[in-house]
Amino acid sequence: MIATYVYDGSWLGLLTSVFDTFSHKAQQPRIVKARIYEPSFFAESHEVITCLDKATRVLTKIQKLGSNKARGLVYRAFLSEQDGVEEEILRYIQLLLKNPAAATNDYGHPVTLAIHQAVKKVGREKHRMEAFIRFHLLDEQLYAATIEPDFNVLPIIAPHFESRYADQQWLIYDIKRKYGIYYDLNTVVEITLDPTAKPTALVNSTTSNNLPETENNYRDLWNEYFKKTNIESRKNMKLHVQHVPKRYWKYLSEKV
Amino acid sequence: MNYERIREKLGILADAAKYDVSCSSSGSKRTNKDKGLGDSSGMGICHTYTEDGRCVSLLKILLTNHCIFDCAYCVTRKSNDIQRAAFTVQEVVDLTINFYRRNYIEGLFLSSGIFKSPDATMERLIAVAKKLRTEERFNGYIHLKSIPGASDELMREAGLYADRLSVNIEIPTKAGLKLLAPDKDHKDFIKPMKAVQKSIQIYQSEKKVLRSTPVYAPAGQSTQMIVGATGESDRDIMYSAHFFYEKFQMKRVYYSGYIPVSNDSRLPALGTQVPVMRENRLYQTDWLLRFYGFNIQEILNDEHQNLDMDVDPKLSWALRNLDQFPIDINFADKHMIARVPGIGMKSVHKIINARRYRKLGWEHLKALGIASNRAKYFITCDSRHFESRDLTAAQIKQHIMIQSSSKYAGQFSPQLRLFS
Repeated sequence: MIATYVYDGSWLGLLTSVFDTFSHKAQQPRIVKARIYEPSFFAESHEVITCLDKATRVLTKIQKLGSNKARGLVYRAFLSEQDGVEEEILRYIQLLLKNPAAATNDYGHPVTLAIHQAVKKVGREKHRMEAFIRFHLLDEQLYAATIEPDFNVLPIIAPHFESRYADQQWLIYDIKRKYGIYYDLNTVVEITLDPTAKPTALVNSTTSNNLPETENNYRDLWNEYFKKTNIESRKNMKLHVQHVPKRYWKYLSEKV
Repeated sequence: MNYERIREKLGILADAAKYDVSCSSSGSKRTNKDKGLGDSSGMGICHTYTEDGRCVSLLKILLTNHCIFDCAYCVTRKSNDIQRAAFTVQEVVDLTINFYRRNYIEGLFLSSGIFKSPDATMERLIAVAKKLRTEERFNGYIHLKSIPGASDELMREAGLYADRLSVNIEIPTKAGLKLLAPDKDHKDFIKPMKAVQKSIQIYQSEKKVLRSTPVYAPAGQSTQMIVGATGESDRDIMYSAHFFYEKFQMKRVYYSGYIPVSNDSRLPALGTQVPVMRENRLYQTDWLLRFYGFNIQEILNDEHQNLDMDVDPKLSWALRNLDQFPIDINFADKHMIARVPGIGMKSVHKIINARRYRKLGWEHLKALGIASNRAKYFITCDSRHFESRDLTAAQIKQHIMIQSSSKYAGQFSPQLRLFS
């Protein structure tokens, strides 16, 4: 009988599930998020209770066998949130236990290749967010931006923005996943916004057109710069769209 | 700040600076210090792309487009009847900081027309960089132009604030320069390059002794050449690029297809098509020299003075050297795999790692991401299927060209279109 492990969707929850599949010696287990789990008549299900201790043990083992590289790969693959990525991660960890060197370098192995491909997608989205996020200065003190990335990249873009904008308060809010990261001049904290609170109004105003006048001016200057730096006789829209796919245009004032 | 006036000036001075193609914002090691603003230690970031497909990572502007020189190829030449404008130092600083804080840009690329004298111009450029670094505590990327003819002392100072310095050689041959820019001397371009190169070496050796030595132009130097203005061959261009890479340890040489900006009889007429395809082939050659271990004489020599426009230079080289192929992907040397058309350096790395664990077949190679439509004529692998016909170079080229097309092909091909 197929065993299905249902977890809460968190990183630690996933690691706990991996621990449980090993301790139960489960044959071909499946791991699914509670949010999308549909009970099946032919499968027995286990509800995974997230446990920091178990998760840490799995993480330590990954790090010991595959160093930071393997740990980073697994984490980034998890952030892709793709269907079935849990099983890919599980198979990757199984491979890592069996043959640590192959797991990191054997690009001919389907499990290794699958993980690397998922990680590559996440990496690309991370880089695009670092490029396409546009801040608006609100209330003279907070630089705010809203995003809807394909993958859950907020945790991995935080260090980039923290080291870059160390002297300004900033907030990046993921509308799709309904949480954001906020830097208060000391540390980056994860926040969720109460729909009635003031910051929500602030964030909403970044999507509408009622920005303060100075903000509109800077946006105009930027749009003007973008227009003037183009060379008309070299126009190549195919190349342009390849670099700036249309789904990102909503962030870019010069493309709206 | 007078917004309307700034907007007007930004329009004029961005428009004048856009023919400088250098856009990189990587290669610097400047980290954020004492919670200042900015960090340029990571990889370069392109914040947007213009409709011509070029990346925008820096605020690229001229300080002024007033110029005392009259170079035929340049849009800001003295005799050209255009609107002139100039920014103050403070205006450039404000624009840079405010754009940077909103995540529009990675930093500043500041160039200038030469007003009064080279030294006066260079001093003003340095003043902007100095103000950004010291007063605004800015750690983003700054690219300054070295003004031909500026004194060595000023060049030494510039490197203390800038991440990268560049002089555009513009015309690859001395004869061409004489024809198009009679007021300029070839030596004036070389002098600031030498000064900067010397300072970079000094600071690097001092850094080994004293760790607190300040960084000096950490992203090195670059230069640019105009392609297609004076009828040089690809060999002339690449040989002089090679000279700058070897002699001055240039980080990059850029190639800029000439965009007709004047009705001068010495130059291609207005409305002539920009040689984008040729430019693309030159960059591909540049990459082969810097990353793929090719020697310049292998690609361009007396027999082959120009690059093949139909196919990329690596494929073109392979077709001329069919005696070296096919190679077995499971045993061949790393350098030889890098020479196979359709296999890039990332794939080379993956192949080398993967073949330690198993013999690789076509399905593995395709999954790794090689372009098998090109590579299949040049390699064998762990499979019984391989190209067994004894094809000539012309036949292989034909087969490959039927299956593929460049993204520059449609619009910028030198081939005339029947319907347009």
